Amino acid sequence: MMPAHQPAYDPVEVAALQPAAVDAARDDAVSAIAAAGSLDELKQVRLGHAGDRSPLALANREIGALPPQARKDAGARVGRARADVAAALAARSAELEVAVEEQLLVDEVVDVTTVAAGSTGARHPLTTLQERIGDVFVAMGWEVVEGPEVEAEWLNFDALNLGPDHPARSMQDTFFLDPPEAHIVLRTQTSPVQVRTLLARHPPVYVVAPGRVFRTDEPDATHSPVFHQVEGLVVDRGITMGHLKGSLDHFARSMFGDHVDTRFRPSYFPFTEPSAEVDLRCFVCLGRTPAVESCRTCKGEAWIEWGGCGVVNPRVLVACGVDPDEFTGFAFGMGIDRTLMFRHGVSDMRDMAEGDVRFTRAFGVEV
Amino acid sequence: MRAPVSWIRAHADLPEGQTPQQLAARLTALGLKLEAITSPGADLTGPLVVGRVLSLDREEHTNGKTISWCRVDVGPEHNLAAPSKDEPGRGIVCGAHNFGVGDLVVVALPGVVLPGGLAISARKTYGHVSDGMICSAAELGLGDDHEGIIVLDAAEAEPGTDAAAPLLLRDDVIEFEINPDRAYALSVRGIARDAALGAGRPFRDPADIAIEPGAGESYPVRVDEVAGCDVFVTRSVTGLDPAAPTPRWLARRLQLAGMRPITLAVDVTNYVMLELGQPIHGYDRDRLRGPVVVRSARPGETLRTLDGVERRLDPEDLLITDDRGPIGLAGVMGGQDTEITAGSCAVVIEAAHFSPTTVARTARRHGLGSEASKRFERGVDPRLQRAAAQRVADLLVRLGGGRIEAGETIVGEPAAPAVIALAADLSARVTGIAIGASAAIAALRAVGCTVEESHPLQVTPPSWRMDLTDPYDLVEEVARVVGYDSVPSVLPSAPPGRGLTASQRLRRRVGRGLAGAGFTEVVAYPFVGGSDLDGLGLLGDDPRRRAVRVANPLSEREPLLHTTLAPALLKVLARNAGRGFDDSALSLLTRVFLPGSGPLPPAPILPVDRAPSAAELGALDAALPDQPHHLALVVSGQAGADRTPAWSAALAAVRDVARLLGVPAGVAADARAPWHPGRCARITVDGIEAKDTVVGHAGELHPRVCRHFGVPARTAYAEVDLDALASRAPDVVPGPAISAFPVAKTDLALVVDERVPAGAVESALRAGAGDLLESIRLFDVYRGHPVPAAHKSLAFALRVRAPDRTLTDDEVAVVRDTAAAAARAAVGAELRG
Repeated sequence: MMPAHQPAYDPVEVAALQPAAVDAARDDAVSAIAAAGSLDELKQVRLGHAGDRSPLALANREIGALPPQARKDAGARVGRARADVAAALAARSAELEVAVEEQLLVDEVVDVTTVAAGSTGARHPLTTLQERIGDVFVAMGWEVVEGPEVEAEWLNFDALNLGPDHPARSMQDTFFLDPPEAHIVLRTQTSPVQVRTLLARHPPVYVVAPGRVFRTDEPDATHSPVFHQVEGLVVDRGITMGHLKGSLDHFARSMFGDHVDTRFRPSYFPFTEPSAEVDLRCFVCLGRTPAVESCRTCKGEAWIEWGGCGVVNPRVLVACGVDPDEFTGFAFGMGIDRTLMFRHGVSDMRDMAEGDVRFTRAFGVEV
Repeated sequence: MRAPVSWIRAHADLPEGQTPQQLAARLTALGLKLEAITSPGADLTGPLVVGRVLSLDREEHTNGKTISWCRVDVGPEHNLAAPSKDEPGRGIVCGAHNFGVGDLVVVALPGVVLPGGLAISARKTYGHVSDGMICSAAELGLGDDHEGIIVLDAAEAEPGTDAAAPLLLRDDVIEFEINPDRAYALSVRGIARDAALGAGRPFRDPADIAIEPGAGESYPVRVDEVAGCDVFVTRSVTGLDPAAPTPRWLARRLQLAGMRPITLAVDVTNYVMLELGQPIHGYDRDRLRGPVVVRSARPGETLRTLDGVERRLDPEDLLITDDRGPIGLAGVMGGQDTEITAGSCAVVIEAAHFSPTTVARTARRHGLGSEASKRFERGVDPRLQRAAAQRVADLLVRLGGGRIEAGETIVGEPAAPAVIALAADLSARVTGIAIGASAAIAALRAVGCTVEESHPLQVTPPSWRMDLTDPYDLVEEVARVVGYDSVPSVLPSAPPGRGLTASQRLRRRVGRGLAGAGFTEVVAYPFVGGSDLDGLGLLGDDPRRRAVRVANPLSEREPLLHTTLAPALLKVLARNAGRGFDDSALSLLTRVFLPGSGPLPPAPILPVDRAPSAAELGALDAALPDQPHHLALVVSGQAGADRTPAWSAALAAVRDVARLLGVPAGVAADARAPWHPGRCARITVDGIEAKDTVVGHAGELHPRVCRHFGVPARTAYAEVDLDALASRAPDVVPGPAISAFPVAKTDLALVVDERVPAGAVESALRAGAGDLLESIRLFDVYRGHPVPAAHKSLAFALRVRAPDRTLTDDEVAVVRDTAAAAARAAVGAELRG
């Protein structure tokens, strides 16, 4: 400090409060802080340069010894220096903390390729496909109904206009419970659910009934004694075959994609009249030449047989207590196993039925 | 039904260029479903020509064979200049001897490839260059006749012309799948009728022939069983030349339609059946004894049918008999005693109409389906018999040199077809196709109906359409004529639906939850055998041994429907383990079939002309076994998460399922087959009537069960009645009140006798702690010093919270103390240290 500025009326001089001394102490502190290479070193630096016994702290204590006029100046000077030191400490501390954390992150590296996939299980595709089919129809306002698998013969056959001499009723085709005179069968189709539904509800009825059915077929690549069908039934005023076609077109597109069409061919089922077979336009080759010629999905036929359908035979409505003059209806039955086979390229029915975990796991939890 | 296209074309004026594929597509659209198209003869290529044998030298060779060295005129185009004085022709070596100089033969020239791929070329054999091959029928794929080569009639062809034409070698054959309602299409007549309809061209009815019986009766007939036979016609042909061969055209048509030519008389009856759809039976007249009588079988009667089988007859069988007894199963198969043989000169022709039901039952009873029974079962035109008999007689006269005896026996008359009243707009209303009344009438007439244009329309179906009985049957006819492809595609609009049922949603939730927990879902057949139940260790009085039995099981070893899912799931596990997947967690969700304690009553067969009453419907349901959905889980090997024992993984999974359903489930030790008696838990829920209703079990399987089913040791299994569990699921979960006050945590260590289940201690603590207890968790089990021998220390963590205040330390201590006191009172638990 310039002697000329020193007030003559204040004889007290404190060396530690001299501007040069304060600046030096601050500079010492700042360089020591900068030199600290770790948080531990910084802690030592903090004790030495910002602790109670640090030069600036000691200088600060001397302020009281100054004459009042000088205190303000010295206080401001020391305060600035201490603030500089504190800021340097904070900055350096932050730097060092970041470095420590960076190092920690480096040290904690893991091998992400050691983690195996979790042990999530899977749902059987026949289950999830039935659910998906149910969802398609529920979205249209239909409901999903169910019925027993062991069923009264009357509900499986007679009520559906399959008379006592119908060949399908023979033990060649149908599992009967013992004794056969008890007239109990393993249902051969989901159609008895139609009858149960009509007996339980008044039209309008819009339902689908997915489920298991049974026929006395030895298992092979395309047959199984146990398989799955989805039955559809609509009974309402003014229902036509056109509504049947519209519903099946929508169903087919929901299953196989927007390009898919259906085709009706005249056929015969005792419980529908007129009856039709439904073919799907092959969703792989779309029936276009030349792709159709080598298509393995439709075997070159451009169409795939999908299921049977028709207008509910008025005789069935009568047996279910529905007035055929007031109501008409349609019904359809599609193979779910067959649908799964087309949709996912499964070539052997036994793969679906045997329970090999590899088959189920391939499908995950949705189809 | 297989129909050669040439035969269809003989009766339907089809467009010249229509391919078999186009024809089949039209017929498929009309309801005659294409099964397959074959083109016999298409696999023979190259020059196959008619040849005339110019010279023939028999040569005996050192190998003992005699060959014919022939010179054959194969027409100017194919003849080669003769090396010497011979006429132009070709030299051919032939091994057959059934021909001579001047005969017309079939020559495969070099360049021909025969069916089966044999390529013909000029080759040296027996010291000659054989410049082609003289063919037998078998070599050309014309049946199995290897007896000599084909000799053509002199009138049939000229040397050098294509031999395929006179042989009728090439044709296209369409095989149709005929639905039960289209019995008329089991004949060329019916197929040609629809082919003509599809093409919009004229149809020539092969049954439209002159019937000229002459005066009087033919062979006498009496029908005793009128219900089974409404028409029976006989005609007689005598003076047949037994040696007359079946002409090639007729044999070839039979062959293309899938039947084997036998003798002329038999072939003619089969031909007329294929042509008209009327099964014909021919009797050797000289072997009939007295009048033919149609009647039911008498007890003890037997018949040896044409296939050589001696059959014991049933009183419901309809028979053709003569004085000696049964000579035929009506409409199914004739008897051996009266059959036409190669020597028959006089034939009685039977053309009858039998009841479909009678024929079907007889055929089924004797396991004897025939071409005749197939047609009668589905329905034969009841007005066809006279024409069919006439047609057979005409052919026998023309081809076999016989003469028709005057007279015709006709017994019975078919019922007139019922007239159907049809609203003119019904077709449009049912199909959604805009079909006017006139279009509907035209369509019905096109299929042969007679339509009286009144209101409603009075429609009489043609005699060959027994299936048309109801107005909706006529709608299908109209629709197929108009075309099913005209049906519009219109989405119906359903009234608002309620979505899935609670039970459906819960089953989905369980399925997803289990998949998330690592379980792989499988499906399985419901069939089990007694040995499976033995393998589970189910004792004689176990209710799970009361299973319903299938009368006609696929396997006699598995005649029962399962009452527990264990056999099905354990077999799947064993299969997977055998394929290298022994660390498996599998789930199976399906129905079991529980007949209950008493015998089930039989189910009635109810009338179908009205809805059943509630009581009748109840009787149907009462006859059925209970069919609840069960859920089964199996855990084997290391599949238990975090290497917990499999039994605890299985048990935890069941508890998770209960939690997914929102049902509080209790667990208690139990001893039950098929589980390890010391490692079995009973799962209970609060019942509607009783507390603690058992809904299932979980635990480790008995070691013997693992061995029996071949699954890994220590496999764990769980099975619950999912329907029972789900029925307790709350419809609506009440929203909880969330306390914002702090939780107080306190631990309790209790020493109990080793035999006291932790669950019992926990229940007691829970009851004692009261409403302030938020949760309780067992976190440690300790045995050893300083806990006394045969005791264990159980450490529980309790969380205590009040809804309306912060609990004081004293209040928390009270909860802890009352809980401990309750545990002491209930199970003798002592607070540890």
